[in-house]
Amino acid sequence: MNLETAVRSPEETVGRPLERDQAQPHDGVPPAGRPVMAPSTPPTSSAGPAAAAEAGGEITIEGLSVYYGGFRAVREVALTIPPRAVTAIIGPSGCGKSTFLRTMNRMHELTPGARVEGSVRLDGIDIYRPDVDPVQLRRVVGMVFQRPNPFPTMSIYDNVAAGLRLTGRHKRSELDGIVERSLVRAALWDEVKDKLKQPGTSLSGGQQQRLCIARALSVDPEVILMDEPASALDPIATLRVEELIAELRRNYTIVIVTHNMQQASRVSDRTAFFTMGEDRAGYLVEADDTVKIFTNPREQLTEDYISGRFG
Amino acid sequence: MAVALAQSSMAARLTGARVGRRRTAVDRSMRTIAMAAAFLCAAPLVAVLFFVAAKGLSALSLDLITKPPKALGIGGGAANAVVGTLQMVPLAALIAVPVGVLGAVYVGEFAGRRSARIIRFCADVLVGVPSILIGIFVFTFLVLPFKQFNAFAGAVALAVIMIPVVMRTTEESLHLVPNALREASLALGVPVWRTVLSVVLRTGMPGILTGAMLAFARAMGETAPLLFTALGSRVVNVGDFGRPMDALPLFIYVNARQPVDALNEQAWGAAFLLLLVVLVINVAVRARSWGRRIG
Repeated sequence: MNLETAVRSPEETVGRPLERDQAQPHDGVPPAGRPVMAPSTPPTSSAGPAAAAEAGGEITIEGLSVYYGGFRAVREVALTIPPRAVTAIIGPSGCGKSTFLRTMNRMHELTPGARVEGSVRLDGIDIYRPDVDPVQLRRVVGMVFQRPNPFPTMSIYDNVAAGLRLTGRHKRSELDGIVERSLVRAALWDEVKDKLKQPGTSLSGGQQQRLCIARALSVDPEVILMDEPASALDPIATLRVEELIAELRRNYTIVIVTHNMQQASRVSDRTAFFTMGEDRAGYLVEADDTVKIFTNPREQLTEDYISGRFG
Repeated sequence: MAVALAQSSMAARLTGARVGRRRTAVDRSMRTIAMAAAFLCAAPLVAVLFFVAAKGLSALSLDLITKPPKALGIGGGAANAVVGTLQMVPLAALIAVPVGVLGAVYVGEFAGRRSARIIRFCADVLVGVPSILIGIFVFTFLVLPFKQFNAFAGAVALAVIMIPVVMRTTEESLHLVPNALREASLALGVPVWRTVLSVVLRTGMPGILTGAMLAFARAMGETAPLLFTALGSRVVNVGDFGRPMDALPLFIYVNARQPVDALNEQAWGAAFLLLLVVLVINVAVRARSWGRRIG
């Protein structure tokens, strides 16, 4: 993967999720309720160099501290996020989960005075290297927010197309196809295909969130960061988003911040537990397979937290 | 005292005495005064509407709008002024809207807190600067050097009036655009400039238009900035911004001072016309934003 430039060489394009769909015979309307998906590959397949190239989107974090001015919000995190899997970040309020998440697409830089130490490498490339453009980075590492935030001035169609139009990388003829595929992947197509021209804000909260996911998918990212994506949704909408995450992890690296431990245990393959230290800085207590964290954690702190003794 | 209080009955303490009655009386009279003041705030509009309509309605005719004043003698219309206003005010808007909107974008989206506060403060003060001073200021650098009153200077003076109004209203409407939308756009890998243009400005557009229209209406009615710049003219000047040009407020000002009833009549007619246009813009813009707030 080449982070320095938005233009990807043909080799790099091979096996990219959306193109994979394109390569398949596309018979218009997908079966009801089921998104058209590439043949499923296990999250961390280990089949030869070609498959390894396909499974891009591994994030390696070392010695990462985040500061807001003089205040250290996150302290010395070392964590590897496997590609094509869901990694959940759990922990009590204020332990820097969201801050940590936002360092992975450099969104924290929008806060004046915020800075990081340490390294975040995406497929081996340090995203804090001076020659890495944060704008390009965010096209590779997409984000979904806590509250659904569709653009209120835009239709459903335009919201999904916005990612391409506003990044100036679309060909008119491709737009329809990309919008449809993104909506299909976000499990929203069947609900909106007859009203694409209606405003995005006319949808229900859960639909709006899936619209935002579709929008994030439209620019063809490798990684999707989700900052409590279901916390503003009702239980049924939450379930749909969780099902969607389960589908998406075949093709994307997903990092999800959640304060809902049940959700973490339902959707994730790996779980990282953060908490707040004496110095009010958040730090990583441990990270492991989700099953392990929830049944047999190494650290007492983790056990206390997941058994509801604090937080 | 404490003893006296303790001894007085509960009834006496609750219904009490002269102090309570006096308080009620003061309350009532202050309320009445405040109500009268509130009425006086709204009354001038009604009064102005009434007088200008009463005097001007009869003078308002198609001739007033389409015919220039007679070169010699009395008669004709105010076409010179109508045409002048229709050129200078749009030109002023053409200057002021981009400057005001871009300025607001800088202050709202890019400037540091300190410089934003300074610029905002200056804009607020500029709104309050007497408009005749703005006329004199423009006079010194767009009229004096050329030894010629000209419509361009008039448009610039009007633009100076409009700029702070446009900037402040734009900034306020940008402020109302939720940060979540900026983040949504930036997180898609949209560059900052494109985010501002296609998301922030687009979302804030109704408010920006409102500000621009109100500034437009305000500039239409300005007289003082034009006295030293566009000067006024009895001929219909179409397109020659290097020469004097008339405007409705100037026309009213000049004709109202003539010792001739017919010219005074024309001034009333022009006043009514100006009032009508300004009022329509104001009501339309405010009704729109009012409807939006309800809906």
